[in-house]
Amino acid sequence: MKGFARAWSITWPPLAVVFVLLSLWELVVVVFGIPVYLLPAPHQVVVELFTNADRLLLATGRTAVATGLGFLMSVVIGVVSGSLLSMVPFARRGVYPLTLLLQMVPLVAIAPMLVIWFGYGLPSVVAAACIVSVFPVIAGTLDGLQSVDRGLLEIFRIRGAGPLRTWWMLGLPWSLPSLFTGLRIAAGLAVIGAIVGEFVGAYGGDRAPLGAVITSALKQNRTETVFAAVALASLLGFLLFGIVNAVGWLLLRRWHASES
Amino acid sequence: MNDIRMGATNLGKTFPGGIEAVTGVDLDLQPGTVTALLGPTGCGKSTVLRMLGGIEVPTVGDVQIDPEIEVGFCFQDPRLLPWRDVRRNVSLPLELDRRPAAEIRERVDRQLRTVGLLDAADRLPAALSGGMRMRTAVARALVGDPELLLLDEPFGALDEVTRFRLDEELAALVRDGGPTVVMVTHSIAEAVFLADEVLVMSPRPARILKRFKIDLGRRDAALRMTDDFIRLQTMVYEVLRNGMEESS
Repeated sequence: MKGFARAWSITWPPLAVVFVLLSLWELVVVVFGIPVYLLPAPHQVVVELFTNADRLLLATGRTAVATGLGFLMSVVIGVVSGSLLSMVPFARRGVYPLTLLLQMVPLVAIAPMLVIWFGYGLPSVVAAACIVSVFPVIAGTLDGLQSVDRGLLEIFRIRGAGPLRTWWMLGLPWSLPSLFTGLRIAAGLAVIGAIVGEFVGAYGGDRAPLGAVITSALKQNRTETVFAAVALASLLGFLLFGIVNAVGWLLLRRWHASES
Repeated sequence: MNDIRMGATNLGKTFPGGIEAVTGVDLDLQPGTVTALLGPTGCGKSTVLRMLGGIEVPTVGDVQIDPEIEVGFCFQDPRLLPWRDVRRNVSLPLELDRRPAAEIRERVDRQLRTVGLLDAADRLPAALSGGMRMRTAVARALVGDPELLLLDEPFGALDEVTRFRLDEELAALVRDGGPTVVMVTHSIAEAVFLADEVLVMSPRPARILKRFKIDLGRRDAALRMTDDFIRLQTMVYEVLRNGMEESS
């Protein structure tokens, strides 16, 4: 019961704000008679969600798969390359600044290249999701590994532990808090990456994921569909963020202040 | 116990940048005895210990310690892994040595019983008092049955009552058939209480000002009240103070 009360005390303020904003939006659309192709009212978006539920859910599923795969790839690539960068000082000084490029390069500009390299469909979308979300994972891993307590490192060195064992038994667990900070940011970015990737590289028609639904709806001035798809994409981001948070809580709650 | 001599000859260390930390230190460690390096904060005594343990390489002189022997280390901060409970912190050195699981369990249990931590074996470091964390660190240093135990201000961060109590526990653990011990401290009371020999060090660069043989017999709480103990502390204090005044 106490847990429920605590959860409710955290949940209700943002819910209240969302409710107020949606009501205002509804009111503005009705009072000023704004046409639906310019700005649909929240209830029209809800109606659209229900009437096209099949197609939209399928699209959400496709985007979820691409987002999930892209996110998992950036976790693997990010943790591995962050770890390598921490172990090789020259690479850290030489390569790490360049990984910033991943953060700086506008994805919209390189998305067409991804289509050329990986072809239409899932692979190029997964690549787009991975490219935008990998940097926070690299940075989180690297920051964590760089901050490992020197005294603890010394204990491992005295016992002759090699770099891999030291990484597994000390570096990785030590880095989990900062890694999860990176993963939370990466979760949101992965959804954005997937949607942008789908703008350019996804199949349309029945197999369309959310990004492709958005582009085709835009062409047909079906703004309420665009809003419905955007709402579902946001929900997807929340879901991934929630999963990352839950895993982080499970791993860290016993010993780290950030989760206790 | 191996009977090869353990010690160091003309030990010196100059750090990059020209800071001379240690100069001309000779050590002759008698097996099974406790040697205390006593000196002002920052004098370089920890560097001596780190050279003995092979963490720092001396720039002058050499260390005569068989690299094959088991060395236990205990530092001023307990250096526990926060995600491992007491048992798994104590077992760490054995795990790093890839000892078999059954042996690890048996040794860790024995060590936890010796330091009185068996009941707290499943607790994480965050749930321990400062004294219990230090006890865990001592247990970890002793779990491999070291022939040489190096202690770097192990109880320096604790309050005096806890520190006295842990000194008494440590005396019971390491004296009478225990490992050869070298400890670094800036507490005169701790040095005289625990050691068979106290080496008073000068301010940086650390060199040995005077060696005191401590023949006080049994080391327990009652010892602190004896005239001999207090007299020895005063003598050590005089040497330490003169050394600090000469250098300033």
